[in-house]
Amino acid sequence: MEHLEFSFDHGSMAPANDFAHAGVVGSGNLEVLLERAELSGRCEAVVDTAIRGYERTWHKVLSDFVTRQGLADVRISINDGGATPAVVCLRLDQAAADLKGAPA
Amino acid sequence: MKIARHSFLEAGARTRVRGLLDAGTFREFCGPLARRTSPHLPLLDMPVAFDDGVVVGEGLLAGRPVLIAAQEGSFMGGSVGEVHGAKLTGLIERALDVRPDGVILLIDSGGVRLQEANAGLIAMGEIQRAVLAVRAAGIPVIVAIGGRNGCYGGMSIIARSCDWIVISEEGRLSISGPEVIEAVEGVEEFDSRDRALVWRTMGGKHRRLLGEADALVADGMDAFRDAIAGYLGRSRAHDLDSLETEQARLEARVTRFAECRDGVDVWAALGVDAPERVPELEPDAFNRLLGTLEETSR
Amino acid sequence: MGDSGTAIDGAVRDWGTLRERYCARMQRGAALAKDKVVAPDDVVALLEAVIEPGDRLCIEGNNQKHADFLAECLAEVSPERVHDLHIIQSNIALAPHLDVFERGIAERLDFCYSGPQGLRLSRLVKEGRLKVGAIHTYLELYGRYFCDLTPNVSFIAADAADHEGNLYTGPNTEDTPAIVEATAFKSGILIAQVNRIVDRVPRVDVPGDWVSFVVEAPRPYYIEPIFTRDPAAITEVQILMAMMVIRGIYEKYGVARLNHGIGFDTAAIELILPTYAADLGLRGKICKYMSVNPCPTLIPAIESGFVEGIHCAGSELGMENYVSERSDVFFTGRDGSMRSNRIFCQIAGHYSDLFIGSTLQIDLEGNSSTATLSRITGFGGAPNFGSESRARRHGSESWLMAGREAHRGNGMPRGRKLVVQIVESFREGLSSTFVERLDAWKLQESFGLPLPPVMVYGDDLTHIVTEEGIANLLLCDGPEEREQAIRGVAGYTEVGMARDPEMVRRLRAKGAVSYPEDLGVDKRLATRDLLAARSIKDLVRWSGGLYDPPARFRNW
Repeated sequence: MEHLEFSFDHGSMAPANDFAHAGVVGSGNLEVLLERAELSGRCEAVVDTAIRGYERTWHKVLSDFVTRQGLADVRISINDGGATPAVVCLRLDQAAADLKGAPA
Repeated sequence: MKIARHSFLEAGARTRVRGLLDAGTFREFCGPLARRTSPHLPLLDMPVAFDDGVVVGEGLLAGRPVLIAAQEGSFMGGSVGEVHGAKLTGLIERALDVRPDGVILLIDSGGVRLQEANAGLIAMGEIQRAVLAVRAAGIPVIVAIGGRNGCYGGMSIIARSCDWIVISEEGRLSISGPEVIEAVEGVEEFDSRDRALVWRTMGGKHRRLLGEADALVADGMDAFRDAIAGYLGRSRAHDLDSLETEQARLEARVTRFAECRDGVDVWAALGVDAPERVPELEPDAFNRLLGTLEETSR
Repeated sequence: MGDSGTAIDGAVRDWGTLRERYCARMQRGAALAKDKVVAPDDVVALLEAVIEPGDRLCIEGNNQKHADFLAECLAEVSPERVHDLHIIQSNIALAPHLDVFERGIAERLDFCYSGPQGLRLSRLVKEGRLKVGAIHTYLELYGRYFCDLTPNVSFIAADAADHEGNLYTGPNTEDTPAIVEATAFKSGILIAQVNRIVDRVPRVDVPGDWVSFVVEAPRPYYIEPIFTRDPAAITEVQILMAMMVIRGIYEKYGVARLNHGIGFDTAAIELILPTYAADLGLRGKICKYMSVNPCPTLIPAIESGFVEGIHCAGSELGMENYVSERSDVFFTGRDGSMRSNRIFCQIAGHYSDLFIGSTLQIDLEGNSSTATLSRITGFGGAPNFGSESRARRHGSESWLMAGREAHRGNGMPRGRKLVVQIVESFREGLSSTFVERLDAWKLQESFGLPLPPVMVYGDDLTHIVTEEGIANLLLCDGPEEREQAIRGVAGYTEVGMARDPEMVRRLRAKGAVSYPEDLGVDKRLATRDLLAARSIKDLVRWSGGLYDPPARFRNW
């Protein structure tokens, strides 16, 4: 396992809901938990992943996600069973849609 | 051509719970935010899940209060670890305090989580004791089986300790899994890759025909919900008489089907016409067939 | 030149040596046969009698059926009597196919595809016990049967034979016609293993006159369901890519005639035709004619009126009754069973509007390969299907539009076939699909191949579809744009992260790179609810009970 922590200062939009959860930890899959948090507009991310050596990729994927969704004051927590970036992006976007209160 | 849009088999644990309960009534206990994760998996360098693979909570089903638990089959095969087991036990015991119309267990599990062997085994005992205490208090415990992992190992013992079992034809119920039987007894005894054989011997229809499940339903949220609703507030007798009756039934069964080598042989012995056609029957046709047979309920 | 023959350096040449050798072989073999029928126990002796050292020999064996009993018998012949064989067959799939090299019976091999025997094959090459002539495509190898690699002896497999040797191949005709034609008409010995000998075959697929010997094998020929993809295993990412293919390629170009590779990516496309594509009003406009095996995942698209015609290279276990009952769609015999033929299917697919398939690696020029370092596998049908059909003349909306994009008014107008690779940027185990340099180069070195084993060449490729978007290589000017278009859809791989964002923006503006939002694809729809069938059982239901899946695919 590898434990990674990131912080991002993009962001403009505080979430409508308190939290959102998407995905399941499994081979090639992951769970994403997004929570509203007082972070002075920043977003923070904690990743626990079964696959080592992808810190740069995680940083880029999460940084693009926070920018794409325009998130502020959100804590991102991830338990990863070895998902590809494609699956990570999908789960992050699904959770973000719930967090923003978009119609399911 | 119509495909069930809300498959029970396909859904994850939370989707199953939301799909069965009345809209907006589910309240989860100890959800992902609580981060009650396994203390054992990090020691083995394995990833944890924020809910340890089980969703527990309360809500309304057909307007009636229920407690409900759903195992997440995609996390470690729905296996029961220490936290997972404690959440199940706690939920079931809560029924003694709040007296719902039923406790519903959506089982999707291979049994004890091997990585947490002793803690998982102890949890199984605790869950079973909780089930029996709740039943003794006159609150029905209803099991639904229709996930990819089926219901195996310790969870199968728990399932058969409950009042009612609702199962889909995709569901499976057995103590030992196909791979375990093949590993122990050899491929000549049981070919675990022959999935049709697996379902003929462990699948929902076979279990319903043997009287080990009480309802066979199509794979869909509506079908599961309707069947479960029919058991709310209804307890099955659970006393010395009923246990002795069940024991006698099982002993007679061992003798009666001693020569059967396959589910099809059992169905023929039960008097099913064209038993080889049973796997192809849609649930409605299957349930009509059941009506023509005797001895298919406990 | 004299009157009664041709003299070279004064000697009179005999122009019938092949026929004389054939007669001698037949005479030796006839001693072991009753009419044409040989008992299974006598087959090893028969092979020792009719095969001569140095012969070119073909054992029929492909994706579906194998002359497996004859292959086993060949591995048992005495290497003292039979040796130095040159094996020329499409598929190396069974252990006996390589046993003949271990035992010194054969020494040279020309083939197309090896699959599960790939590791062992590469070991035998390294040990010098097997010399590879070439890893061919199907059409190349069959072409060579009629050129310089004509078999002296061929083993084929059929469902049934009568006592005169007329053969019935059933739905799995596949490669039989190519092998039979080349062997029977160049004085070769043709030995058929059949599942049963009958008084009258349901239809004559091979005339008995062409067949030398027939043996009723102790068990039916080996066959396995390799084209069945369980819809339960299709992922949301695959569904998203399928949506992009339908909007960004099938709808855009109006692709009516096409070939699908076999995989979960293409199965996802097939399974959202009756839902997603139907909602877009594309029924009757796209995917009307296909060259592909009868994959069960095609059933909903057929039943919902999307796919109107399919010609198949071979059959698929469990699909027999369904195909037979859909004779308006499939090619079937008077007896009702399907007629397959790999060569005709390959040709139909080669000249169709589009090929789409998957691969393991793509480089910055768009060359792709499934060859990896430890295995020699070959590519099967993909290189023929997945190449530009430059001699094509017939116009179609798709072919003309692709041609306009490719040439943009420069020089002689002509059309263009669409060749599409559909891949996720990362494969299982997080290895990148996009690479600076294909493993094929190292493979060429370690096996002494004349060229790196490339499956689809970059200059034949027109589109790459990933979870990130579509690269349209037709619209790229020069190698630099091409490289950036590929990087622009390569996701979070090293190749993708090294893109030039400004250039990718320009390519996006001119349509050479498109993302879901550019294609009108709503990512939120990319769920399994979009699949017309989500399980094998659903496929059975769509088929009205005609599809009979093999036991390993059932969960009921």
